[in-house]
Amino acid sequence: MPSTPHLAIHKLTMAYGESVIQKNLNFTVKHGEIFIIMGGSGCGKSTLLRHLIGLMQPTGGEIFVNGVDLWNSSLQERNTIISRAGVLFQGGALWSSMTLAENIELLLTEYTNLNQKQIQDVISYKLSLVGLSRYKDYYPSEISGGMRKRAGLARAMALDPEILFFDEPSAGLDPVSSRLLDDLILELRDSLGATIVIVSHELPSIFAVGDNSIFLDPTEKTIIATGAPKHLLESSVDLRVIKFLTRTT
Amino acid sequence: MIANVTEKYQLITDGNELFLQLSGDWLFQNGIPDVEPLLNQLPSAHPQKLNFNCEQLGQWDTGLMTFLVGLIQNCHNSNIEVVRESLPDGVQKLLQLSFAIPERRGERREVLGQPVLAKIGNVTIEMHRSWAEMLAFIGDVFLAFINFLRGKAHFRTSDLLFQIEAAGPSALFIVTLISVLVGMILAFVGAVQLRLFGAEIFIANLVGLGMAREMGAMMTAIIMAGRTGAAYAALLGTMQVNEEIDALKTIAVSPIEFLVLPRLIALVITMPLLCIYADFMGIIGGAIVSATMLDISFFQYFQQIQGFVGLSHFIIGIVKAAIFGILIATAGCFRGLQCGRSASAVGFAATSAVVTSIVLIIVADAIITVLCQVLGV
Repeated sequence: MPSTPHLAIHKLTMAYGESVIQKNLNFTVKHGEIFIIMGGSGCGKSTLLRHLIGLMQPTGGEIFVNGVDLWNSSLQERNTIISRAGVLFQGGALWSSMTLAENIELLLTEYTNLNQKQIQDVISYKLSLVGLSRYKDYYPSEISGGMRKRAGLARAMALDPEILFFDEPSAGLDPVSSRLLDDLILELRDSLGATIVIVSHELPSIFAVGDNSIFLDPTEKTIIATGAPKHLLESSVDLRVIKFLTRTT
Repeated sequence: MIANVTEKYQLITDGNELFLQLSGDWLFQNGIPDVEPLLNQLPSAHPQKLNFNCEQLGQWDTGLMTFLVGLIQNCHNSNIEVVRESLPDGVQKLLQLSFAIPERRGERREVLGQPVLAKIGNVTIEMHRSWAEMLAFIGDVFLAFINFLRGKAHFRTSDLLFQIEAAGPSALFIVTLISVLVGMILAFVGAVQLRLFGAEIFIANLVGLGMAREMGAMMTAIIMAGRTGAAYAALLGTMQVNEEIDALKTIAVSPIEFLVLPRLIALVITMPLLCIYADFMGIIGGAIVSATMLDISFFQYFQQIQGFVGLSHFIIGIVKAAIFGILIATAGCFRGLQCGRSASAVGFAATSAVVTSIVLIIVADAIITVLCQVLGV
């Protein structure tokens, strides 16, 4: 396993205009780790994710991916780094004018030299991983929210990415589906060795899958706790973290 | 001693203690008592603590809660301790819930009462930002088009064909209807005047020239701005809301190439064709009026047009249509990609796309007309 961390965040500051969301964020994500970004609603978790996947440029600080500074590299280099990541958005973000198969096909035609038969086989395999092989010709509007999320996961996994980013993967899912998704996340890490970064405030999922985590606070606008979620639950002395992890008021 | 009496509450001082006696039903359908008169009484009594007496309190709902929340907030600001223990259990729990998450400092938007100069400044900054974004977008579209010419643009051919079909054949009915009517209106207005001079035959020149040089391209553009430009903005705006545009960016596929380019090319191809079609439909509309109102036969009418309306006039209209096509696609896609992340933002994007397109069409038409005049075309 490489000694360089997969992701290294150094003095990151995020802002919308003059309104600072979070500042001076420092953390690293190791290869093959399941890393949780947690915190209450509105603390900037999803904004941090958008910075990590290259959708927003930091106001200050650096984001290193495998030792390469994301925003000090050329556009081509940045695009290569970004395209090596898979992203599952909160609502799935499937392209609505395409069927589930076409959603996955677009990535395969853009980034592989597979022929049409091979592409169709890969699509079937990817959709079967999330239990949607029978729905490959359905449009996103024709399936349920949970299925859209699973299809989004299949698309995120299409190119066997080195790193996967999940934005609130369990949001809107029933407990059983949520548990199945947790199992799938662990399976992905164990079988593919992928690094997984999850933005979440779903406690059962956080404890079930998280190897390491950071806790963002909206008042101090920075990280107030770092460590494995279970460890934070047992040993954190910060009242805000304890309240969050134990659901107390 | 009773210090203040209303129908709903009485402020009572008992030695050093201050009591607020609540009585009767506090239902918000019956109105909520104003907290101001009570607040005006409090400083004069110099209380440190405010207690409640709820022995005569009847039914209560949001009416009581709203009153108490306002009272407690004001007491807090005046350093008066509010003793809640004698309030009903349900009221206490709801108050606890209401004050559980305090409002964060600086969280509230302070836009009210902005000075006029500040408003003008903000609007100017916003306009500058919008124009800068528009220029950047035009630059990106230009680069994408260069990539297309080099055969390196990333988009699906099926998308392009679909867009051509949606912008072209699907628009034929509405283009036919509007063009025939415009041709008839032109002929009708001209007929009334030309009849006075016995120059009815020149109605063909009027309609032919009008449709070929101006109205064919212009009316087609306005139809397409309302029909297709708005659709582009709404679709791309909805994709923005659903994070579909973000999903494209995360696989390093340019939304400009993948979404804008097929639409732009589709309109550049279909607009001139629709313009030619609109020209002929307008001329037919004029022929119908000429035949029915002025007794000019179809043969005479078309012969007159053939003799006086040269190919160059049609070509000017066709070139205009192609330019209008670029403007409509650019404005529609730009407004769509600029869209915020809410349903109302999609509506605003669609409206804004139509307005921008029509303004650009009129300005471009004026510029082209002047240029043609200068060049003697």
